[in-house]
Amino acid sequence: MSTVLSQVEVPAGVKLPIYMDNHATSPLDPRVLEAMMPFFTSKFGNAASRNHAFGWEAEQAVETAREQIAKLIGATAKEIIFTSGATESNNLAIKGIAEMYRERGNHIITQVTEHKAVLDTCKRLEKYGYRVTYLPVKADGLIDLEDLKRAIDDKTILVTIMAANNEIGVLQPIREIGKICHEKGVLFHTDAVQAVGKVPVNVIADNIDVLSLSGHKIYGPKGVGALYVRRRNPRVQIAAQIDGGGHERGMRSGTLNVPGIVGLGKACEIAYNEMETEAAYLRGLRDSLKAKLESELDYIHVNGSMEHRLPGNLNMSFVYVEGESLLMGINDVAVSSGSACTSATLEPSYVLKALGLGDDVAHSSIRFGLGRFNTQAEVDYVAAKVIDIVKKLRELSPLYEMVKEGIDLTKIEWQAH
Amino acid sequence: MAYSDKVVDHYNNPRNVGTLDKSAQEVGTGLVGAPECGDVMRLQIRVNPETQVIEEAKFKTFGCGSAIASSSLATEWIKGRTVEDALAIKNTDIVKELSLPPVKIHCSVLAEDAIRAAIGDWKKKNGVAETADTAVAAQ
Repeated sequence: MSTVLSQVEVPAGVKLPIYMDNHATSPLDPRVLEAMMPFFTSKFGNAASRNHAFGWEAEQAVETAREQIAKLIGATAKEIIFTSGATESNNLAIKGIAEMYRERGNHIITQVTEHKAVLDTCKRLEKYGYRVTYLPVKADGLIDLEDLKRAIDDKTILVTIMAANNEIGVLQPIREIGKICHEKGVLFHTDAVQAVGKVPVNVIADNIDVLSLSGHKIYGPKGVGALYVRRRNPRVQIAAQIDGGGHERGMRSGTLNVPGIVGLGKACEIAYNEMETEAAYLRGLRDSLKAKLESELDYIHVNGSMEHRLPGNLNMSFVYVEGESLLMGINDVAVSSGSACTSATLEPSYVLKALGLGDDVAHSSIRFGLGRFNTQAEVDYVAAKVIDIVKKLRELSPLYEMVKEGIDLTKIEWQAH
Repeated sequence: MAYSDKVVDHYNNPRNVGTLDKSAQEVGTGLVGAPECGDVMRLQIRVNPETQVIEEAKFKTFGCGSAIASSSLATEWIKGRTVEDALAIKNTDIVKELSLPPVKIHCSVLAEDAIRAAIGDWKKKNGVAETADTAVAAQ
């Protein structure tokens, strides 16, 4: 009887299951938790309470966090607005600018591999009479700057392009995009959730007007994020999408999540101090994982640019093996797949399809998201396990057998169902 | 997604994995599904020409765990049955046996199609009259 059960040995010091899905979310850094703790208990004040020490203490903590965040992205503290996370930040940025600049124009430019928080926000605006251009990406996942230049017209008010992609980790040329926007007098928003704290992002050097970031992608807490809104050259105005007490300079009402904000600030401070070392460390782990897989397996390839990429990201297709069956075989490792079978819609990843990959290759993809707490021993184990399971599943794969026999799979009349 | 114990068992220990000589007279081959859809099943049978009993069944599947389990189970069930008996196997039987959730029902449909296609191929090769059942899925 054949078996898919893996007999890969677990190295000393490795605890199962292994978390390698840090683009989905990241574990809270213990230093962040420590900073947050008092704000759940004794320091419970409302940061908007102006007339007693409880409020002052909370407000002081919030202002410290604002400075920690601003420092990481090269902004000033007054330019940071707190939100519930990047989805809200993206909604506020795009809808808030669309509403505020409606008289100037109704055209927005984005691109096809954005997160749904951007794409679906743009789609909603289309219903309200806005015109949206969705730029294509090249095979490496990057937009063509010439496409962007051509798309900008006299009705364009906003360009929103992500800094780093959440699936394939590719880094868009935001500095050049920002430069083009500024030359044409168009605002530039970037969803920098995956990039901030991982690679250098500087709102001045990168010509960014509005930027979204989130706590839980950078070893901070969930449920807190921020929006950078430029105050000078140009001064960006955003129409509030949540009405109420006029918090956050009127742009985002609601009592501030003080423990969360303190955590986000601390996470940014740690990232500021450790980003360079950490990036080198993660790049080493990632390259080691890639090299191990490539040395043992044929018909595998990286999705998206290797050159312009987050240090901790590896997105690979293991052709002729279906992604969900691979995940099932490596069930003590937390990663994700672009396979349709792992999504509610039964559609394979729209990001991978945008690169021009066939559905069959998209079905075979795995995203490894390495993070601060992963180790070389874990990488060794994951590589061995993936190699083992891919080999076993290929023994089971009629496609792999046919290709090995020299049959051209594209010449077969498949019965799509 | 949580898998039933039976799906996990078939995934971990798939039955009857392999390849039969598709040019052999007594072998029928069914290849169903499409790579773009994320699942392709190849099911092969070796039929005793005298008794029309399926003496050997082999499969290979590209697909999710439920697709692998459905085809593995299908080979188990058809072995030892006559061709006509094997055609009586319905996808709903597979759904029940493996406790497949609604999103995985297409895996069982594909397994039923694979059985029909393999039998159809065998019938065609051996000049056995096509039944309405097999004519549809044969290729």
